[in-house]
Amino acid sequence: MSATSAPRPEAIRAIPVRHPWRWVAAIVILLIAAGAIYIVATAPDLRWAVVQHFLFQDRIRLGAVATIVLTVIAMVIGVTLGIVLAVMRLSPNPVMSTVSWFYLWFFRGTPVLVQLFFWWNLPLILPTVGAFGHQVNTVDYINPFIASILGLGLNEAAYMAEIVRAGIISVDQGQTEAAMALGMRRTQILQRIVLPQAMKVIIPPTGNETISMLKTSSLAFITTFGELFRVQTEISSFNFRIVELLIVISAWYLFFTSILTVGQYYIERYFARGGQRELPMTPWQRFRRMLFTFHAPPPGPVAPVTMPRAH
Amino acid sequence: MAATPMVKAEAVHKSFGRLEVLRGIDLDVQPKEVMCVIGPSGSGKSTFLRCINHLEKIDAGRLSVDGELVGYSERGDRLYELPDREVCKKRSEIGMVFQRFNLFPHMTALENVIEAPTRVKGENRDKAVARALKLLDRVGLGDKVRAYPNQLSGGQQQRVAIARALAMQPKLMLFDEPTSALDPELVGEVLDVMRGLANDGMTMIVVTHEMGFAREVGDSLVFMDAGFIVEKGTPRDVLANPREERTKAFLSKVL
Repeated sequence: MSATSAPRPEAIRAIPVRHPWRWVAAIVILLIAAGAIYIVATAPDLRWAVVQHFLFQDRIRLGAVATIVLTVIAMVIGVTLGIVLAVMRLSPNPVMSTVSWFYLWFFRGTPVLVQLFFWWNLPLILPTVGAFGHQVNTVDYINPFIASILGLGLNEAAYMAEIVRAGIISVDQGQTEAAMALGMRRTQILQRIVLPQAMKVIIPPTGNETISMLKTSSLAFITTFGELFRVQTEISSFNFRIVELLIVISAWYLFFTSILTVGQYYIERYFARGGQRELPMTPWQRFRRMLFTFHAPPPGPVAPVTMPRAH
Repeated sequence: MAATPMVKAEAVHKSFGRLEVLRGIDLDVQPKEVMCVIGPSGSGKSTFLRCINHLEKIDAGRLSVDGELVGYSERGDRLYELPDREVCKKRSEIGMVFQRFNLFPHMTALENVIEAPTRVKGENRDKAVARALKLLDRVGLGDKVRAYPNQLSGGQQQRVAIARALAMQPKLMLFDEPTSALDPELVGEVLDVMRGLANDGMTMIVVTHEMGFAREVGDSLVFMDAGFIVEKGTPRDVLANPREERTKAFLSKVL
């Protein structure tokens, strides 16, 4: 009679659908990849000893540190200024939004390599700069490092501004209204209500931008700043082992990119709190699930990976 | 001479582009009065509510809350727009509850409730938390203070939203179809909270489709259509003996 009295039927244990073609595709791709690696690795004039020698050599290590420092500082400038530009762009003040529009127009409209070279050569046209009778020599301030972070950071700000603006627009208008109805000021609403929610939209493309910046920083070689690519050109102009050194710096770029990729997952998980019931999987959880479900999903009612709840 | 009305509207007009949404609203709401506003969608009832706390600017007429003009100050025979700071201060004295709750999804129920008291009024956090806990308890959610909005049902979210508005100790509460987005079995719990508020003497303007609530709790009932107030009276009179044809036609569809 009552709903609880009927015995619960046995849990379903069906034979899962098999995916034999996945195995075929995987084997074919593995063979092709192995062949390609074999050909490159056994190239007659490739000196692996040189790669090994330079991989952790002091100058390369310094270059790697320089690349990371440049990437981090350029991104900090880019994100900070990008938020300011996005807020200006959305401001009801027409002066603000116009200034922001022109900034974007200019910095997105010229190549970043040109901008880097421009900052590096600024002292050529502007030997001194100052106001109210106080003058300084630009050449004392524009060194390779400063020119590089100016070129990369100011350019990045233009792109970050659009990402942040998209994030702000994506937040439901009702959020702003509810905050206004509570008497919150425009800046408070932005800081406390809108930006934290916009983060969910802003973070993934920002991770992308950071990874992109890691590699774009190689353009700073034009300012003679000693990041990885510059170091590579300097060393190989002596020993002519260009490809070996390209392999060395590529290994470093790949290493940094891998770290950033993993970091991005965890930051996304943090900002997903309160937004989704289930947090996105960590890379490790993804990998485990892929292993278990590659051939077929696991039988029985048990979920393959239990996910932690948001708290 | 009666006390200053909590809300006084005189010939209030509002257009969105060419669309005239309010075409001359005259209305008084007395302190402690519970006024229910009914009418077909597009009749301007939500817009009128949003004008009262200046989420929308009116185009013509006069609208005042507690004796002071909404959004303007009047010196001589000239109107001066109030600066942002003043508008925010006045809004903070009026609570508003939305159809779609609009809780802040990245904050727990408790954080939602203490946000405005601490940020807008600069209240001490411990004091704000203590009062927030009492309010959440009062709306029946004492055990959900740490829950995020998406872990709550619609009815629970709306009750948090009411607690959030009450935390600012408003002198007037505006409800914009507070139960329209709820599953039928969750409507009652929200109406119960509102009934309790009315009994405590809160001045309330409630845009609603809940005729039962209007009849039982409302002191007055306004029927709006096409930007006009068609009929106003006690809920029993308007619902049982509507005078206007338009009101009769509307009620025959919803009752």
